[in-house]
Amino acid sequence: MKSNGEQLNIPYSKNRKFYRAKKNLFLNWQLYVFLLPALTYFFIIHYIPMYGVQIAFKDFIATKGILGSPWTGFDHFERFFNSYYFWRLLKNTLAINFYQLLLFPLPIIFALMLNELRNGAFKKWSQTLTYAPHFISVVVLVGMLVAFLDPLTGLVNNAIVALGGESVPFLTSPEWFRHIYVWSGEWQALGWGTIIYLAALAGVNPELHEAAKVDGATRMQRILRINLPSILPTVVILFILDIGKFMSIGFEKVLLMQNSLNSETSDIIQTFVYETGLLEGQYSFAAAIGLFDSIINIILLVIVNQIARKTSENSLW
Amino acid sequence: MKNRGLSDKTFDRINKLFVTFIVLIVVYPLIFVISASISDPGAVSTGKMWLWPVDITLEGFKRVFQNQDIWTGYRNTIFYTLLGTLIHLFILLPCAYALSRKELKGKKIILWFILFTMLFNGGMIPTYLVVKTLGMLDTVWAIVIPNVVGAWSILVARAFFQQTIPNDLVEASKIDGASDFHIFRKIVLPLSLPIIAVMALFHAVSLWNQYFSALIYLSDRDMYPLQLILREILIVNQMGLEEGSAGVMESLVEQVKTASLVKYAVIIVSTLPLLIVYPFLQRFFVKGVLIGSVKE
Repeated sequence: MKSNGEQLNIPYSKNRKFYRAKKNLFLNWQLYVFLLPALTYFFIIHYIPMYGVQIAFKDFIATKGILGSPWTGFDHFERFFNSYYFWRLLKNTLAINFYQLLLFPLPIIFALMLNELRNGAFKKWSQTLTYAPHFISVVVLVGMLVAFLDPLTGLVNNAIVALGGESVPFLTSPEWFRHIYVWSGEWQALGWGTIIYLAALAGVNPELHEAAKVDGATRMQRILRINLPSILPTVVILFILDIGKFMSIGFEKVLLMQNSLNSETSDIIQTFVYETGLLEGQYSFAAAIGLFDSIINIILLVIVNQIARKTSENSLW
Repeated sequence: MKNRGLSDKTFDRINKLFVTFIVLIVVYPLIFVISASISDPGAVSTGKMWLWPVDITLEGFKRVFQNQDIWTGYRNTIFYTLLGTLIHLFILLPCAYALSRKELKGKKIILWFILFTMLFNGGMIPTYLVVKTLGMLDTVWAIVIPNVVGAWSILVARAFFQQTIPNDLVEASKIDGASDFHIFRKIVLPLSLPIIAVMALFHAVSLWNQYFSALIYLSDRDMYPLQLILREILIVNQMGLEEGSAGVMESLVEQVKTASLVKYAVIIVSTLPLLIVYPFLQRFFVKGVLIGSVKE
């Protein structure tokens, strides 16, 4: 009969730790086997590319491989920083992400509103219907934008013309790109974004509300002074997580919305990496730009986490 | 005191009004797409149809079902989604379970090894080179293996196991001579159906909806998933027309006709499976978001 550790009389030794580890491995080897598929996956798909990122400092030549390619130091970075499009890419990337971040409070407000609804069925329907767009793929979303915003046949321009205005070529105008990108994203994410807040709101102690009522607090006051502070920890964590995705989020959608006419505002770092790297085959240069992007991302995450830790009790680490 | 601010009733009414307004804004585009898919394209493009269907026709759907690309894409997507989800579970569940067990040593290092991938990654190009070197280009593996499991899902599933699998039960079975494989199959999995459902659903939805892996890793049209076909029909062709850069002139007229007929129908055909299934599975999805928010 197999049994747990205590019954397997392993002799006392100076190297007790080693024995214990060996015993543990002997008894639980299957648990370690359980880890193998995942660890293999992370090693191959995540850690080997981390090793491969050294091509950012090399002139990658496919036939010579990663190790055999000659070093170039920071040449690719210098070329990128000195190029005329560097500031444009950085500006566009930051602008679109900050714009997005400005809408961060909307799901919170919507969750506070939903939370005040008494009627079970109405509340449930509101939730089910507003969650639905979350399941629409980016391709379909951008496809809908293309259809709705078409200058000749689109719903929006039909309405504008019917009201006496002039048709606007929304998707080919640089000045419209950010608005369309961010607000279509909000349409998709607003309802879904309330889920966590609603759960946090459900956990608010009802006695607080009773006490506040006795003291004569209005509904609005109770929302602002009880509900909002109660979900603040959740808000902070989600905010940090959002920052963690800064610089990388939405790239797939931008790529779909991009065209030669709106590239003045739609060119972002990630789409540029895709173009130079995968379409033009400048692997090293593109890898350098990608590395720059992820380093900025990490710095931002660390800074925001640090601020959150200093100013509130909540942080990721 | 009583008169300060709004009375409860007024507050409720205004609040309900606002919520209704938001719901209508969110739902309107969806209704429009559904109506447009069964309306005469002329009525849609001139703005005659703006809410309910006008001159009902099923021509769009007919064209969609005649389109060989869409069928192939559909078949491919179903295959990628099923296979990818299975592999996802196969990698995720054992790992998360092992990490939930106290007797596993070196947990801290292993968790760091996994979590570090959330913080930093090699980026698009080095990952592409690895996939290419492994010979996965133009194979199903390029679609299902990169992103098959995220550090986040492992944390979430692990938290679930820690909370729901009774430690005593596992230990008692071990004393009875059951192996970890056996315990995992006979005890852990049957107790974990909710988390399995949640994880499978989230991953399946993301596989169903993704286009980018296919865009960079596949060049064989016969392997294109539905989303890439949709991209051609809904975006590339349309935008191409707008920019006036569409190459082949003789097919242009035909393209315009088919495109306007097909575009709403194809959205319905590709999205409806998810939108129909989702309300029934809503509680699983909501649960998934919530378990995911448990702080480690």
